[in-house]
Amino acid sequence: MDFSLTDEQKMLKESAERFIERDYTFAARRKLAAGELGFGRENWARFAELGWLAVALPEAHGGLGGSLLDVAVLMEAFGRGLVVEPYVPSVVLGGGLVALAGAEAQKDALLPPLAEGRLMMALAHGEPQSRFNLADVETTAKENTGGDGGYVLDGHKCVVLNAAAADRIVVSARTSGTARQPDGITLFLVDRQADGVALRPYATQDGRRAAEVGLAGVRVGGGDVLGAVGGGLPLVERVVDDAIVAVAAEAVGAMDALIAATREYLRTRQQFGVPIGDFQVLQHRVVDMFMACELSRALTYRAAASPADADAGARGRAASALKVRIGEAGKLVGQQAVQLHGAMGMTDELDVGHYFKRLTMIGALFGDAGHHLERFVALGGAATGQGP
Amino acid sequence: MIAQPHRVLKAMELRLSEPDEAFRQEVRAFIAENLPADIKRKVETGRRLDRQDYVIWQKILHARGWIAPGWPEEFGGTGWTPIRKYIFEEELAMGSTPAIIPFGLGMVAPVIMAFGSDQQKKKYLPRILATDDWWCQGYSEPGSGSDLASLKTRAVADGDDYVVNGAKTWTTMAQYADMMFCLVRTSDEEKKQNGISFLLIDMKSAGVTVRPITTIDGGSDEINEVFLDDVRVPQANRIGEEGKGWTYAKFLLGHERTGIAAVGRSKKQLMKVKEIAARELSGGRPLIEDRRFAEKIAMAEIDMLALESVVLKVLSEESAGRPPGPEASLLKIKGTELQQAITELLVEAVGDYAHPYVPEALEDGWNEEPVGPDYAAPLAPHYFNWRKASIYGGSNEIQKNIIAKMVLGF
Ligand SMILES: Cc1cc2nc3c(=O)[nH]c(=O)nc-3n(C[C@H](O)[C@H](O)[C@H](O)COP(=O)(O)OP(=O)(O)OC[C@H]3O[C@@H](n4cnc5c(N)ncnc54)[C@H](O)[C@@H]3O)c2cc1C
Repeated sequence: MDFSLTDEQKMLKESAERFIERDYTFAARRKLAAGELGFGRENWARFAELGWLAVALPEAHGGLGGSLLDVAVLMEAFGRGLVVEPYVPSVVLGGGLVALAGAEAQKDALLPPLAEGRLMMALAHGEPQSRFNLADVETTAKENTGGDGGYVLDGHKCVVLNAAAADRIVVSARTSGTARQPDGITLFLVDRQADGVALRPYATQDGRRAAEVGLAGVRVGGGDVLGAVGGGLPLVERVVDDAIVAVAAEAVGAMDALIAATREYLRTRQQFGVPIGDFQVLQHRVVDMFMACELSRALTYRAAASPADADAGARGRAASALKVRIGEAGKLVGQQAVQLHGAMGMTDELDVGHYFKRLTMIGALFGDAGHHLERFVALGGAATGQGP
Repeated sequence: MIAQPHRVLKAMELRLSEPDEAFRQEVRAFIAENLPADIKRKVETGRRLDRQDYVIWQKILHARGWIAPGWPEEFGGTGWTPIRKYIFEEELAMGSTPAIIPFGLGMVAPVIMAFGSDQQKKKYLPRILATDDWWCQGYSEPGSGSDLASLKTRAVADGDDYVVNGAKTWTTMAQYADMMFCLVRTSDEEKKQNGISFLLIDMKSAGVTVRPITTIDGGSDEINEVFLDDVRVPQANRIGEEGKGWTYAKFLLGHERTGIAAVGRSKKQLMKVKEIAARELSGGRPLIEDRRFAEKIAMAEIDMLALESVVLKVLSEESAGRPPGPEASLLKIKGTELQQAITELLVEAVGDYAHPYVPEALEDGWNEEPVGPDYAAPLAPHYFNWRKASIYGGSNEIQKNIIAKMVLGF
């Protein structure tokens, strides 16, 4: 294992951290989160300019050909700044699927504008009954009669991140098989404005945007099928595993910020004539938070650095292990940061509660700790003798 | 096999004597007949209650003579045995009634009874009993939380009045309050506890300003800052002696012992977890059949049973006339930990539908189609909000300090 960053990664880290430090204040972020769109178009353009949207996309299609490790470096800084811009839904999930499974024409059409910030994407996969089970898809795709290769989609996708701002939404639907059967799920590129697509947008607990997406007789052409017909599940699993690494890195950044804020608060807040940080029981609590964060960080970068061609089982185990770890650590750090700030920690005014809410929602995202504990067991656990 | 919420609950019910069981039925029937349906629905669905909802319900209990089971009979208490008080509390929780606001009935009233003048008793107690006045608690200040005795709000005698200056904060529901019981500094003593007095302040007095604080769940109707600028308070509104306020405040802290654990409310919330888990799906089956989730619920139930056992033990000792032990701190810590654990289970139960933030759905009269299942919207805000329980009422760290010192003799 090599945990060191390349020079380019170090530069990426520095530029991202500088941006967060200088230009992404909590006050500005609060305004964006409360606004109509839920994030900053200008920030998104800035991300494009700095090459952040292109980082992990293939060079042949306007990308920089980087790796998941680059994404992790970026996401850690985003976590520290509580960045609300929809990097994971648009770039990691949407862009990731196109890069992974798209035909050349699809890549040509979508990836350059995605990298330049002119196009946004989303993934509509989960459904009200599916509860983290990625194979639990009931949305249907029926082949058009007449053999033009097109399909008609019907179903309900829930909590679709960034749906309202996305130009193109990747929608999963069953072309064959029954509920929870791994085979028979197909991915489609759907125009958000297409007839029959109905969005119910809302804010999320952590100040992002998501929507319920209803599909009623939505017509898509044969050229909008993404990847092999019936072979969508492994693709979704792959990008969701990548997204888990991305939000884990984000969680590590958020935990860093909370630990720093809590340490600072304990050193300045006076009660009983001393800084409350003098109480050893509170020092130990922060030590627990610190250790949880460091374990999470190491596991995150280990998963991020695992080879791109690792087999699905190894990748899944690494992602699930990480999601369990991050879920537990995020809960501990978030809850205790609030606790140690006393009533101040309960206020909307302070950023602490907002980090806590983001960590909570990362815990629930892409499968909670319980779900991934089960998946980790099902995939054979760590003692398989297979890396990474 | 599908676990049945009520079946499990039965096993957790107490075995009661026949008269006590009849009492339970009487309370249950009274609540069923008298709790207004709209208020009940708000409580059941986790919607916001307004001032009137609390007042209406408290007045209904008052009319029945049941509003103050903790009070001595001479002042309007019920004269119930400790076990009946416990049954009553449990039925209030099970019946989805609004929580009884403690500041008047549970906090200031016992202090007035023990240390107030006859005039104060006559003036305030009947109004507290009837919920004619809403009280709030003005203890904490920006610089004085756990170290309450360091408080700086100052009261200077001027003729028959005090002139009070300072700032209180985190004051729960001060926006509704007619009266505030307040700790103020009347002199600077070497031992800072000795310079504190206990005042009753009319919130309509000139110089009182209430400003809401928004909490992390997005609500702005819970806690407030209360600024006191040259507020004139009659000296007749001081409880007991000047400089003895700390003693009275400590009396209050020790007064409530078992209610603090809120076992009944946790029991009710555990039923809610099961109801939701029976409706949520996991792998095409009800979530409640998921082994791992069922075990998590079971752990919370076992914690609840242990906690309830401590409460019952304290109650039986109380019945036998033995003085209360040091259980208050244990009950506060373990009671709030359980409450918080249950709020986590509720969030976990709804999976992805924990994400949508739909504050309108918490308001009464919102009739739109819910996002996801209709029970989902309040759960995550409730989890965030309930982190307060380990902070207020003496933080759980401070409670552990108390156990370490008072029980274990460190
Ligand atoms: C929702 C809510 C409602 C409230 N309502 C009211 C109200 O109506 N009226 C009122 O007067 N007050 C109210 N409070 C205030 C509450 O009583 C205080 O928050 C509490 O006393 C803690 O004080 P603090 O917030 O200043 O935290 P601090 O005292 O600053 O404590 C910060 C952290 O340090 C820890 N700590 C402090 N001292 C020690 C020690 N010696 N050893 C170990 N750990 C320590 C604390 O446990 C906490 O984790 C409310 C608070 C909340 C959150």
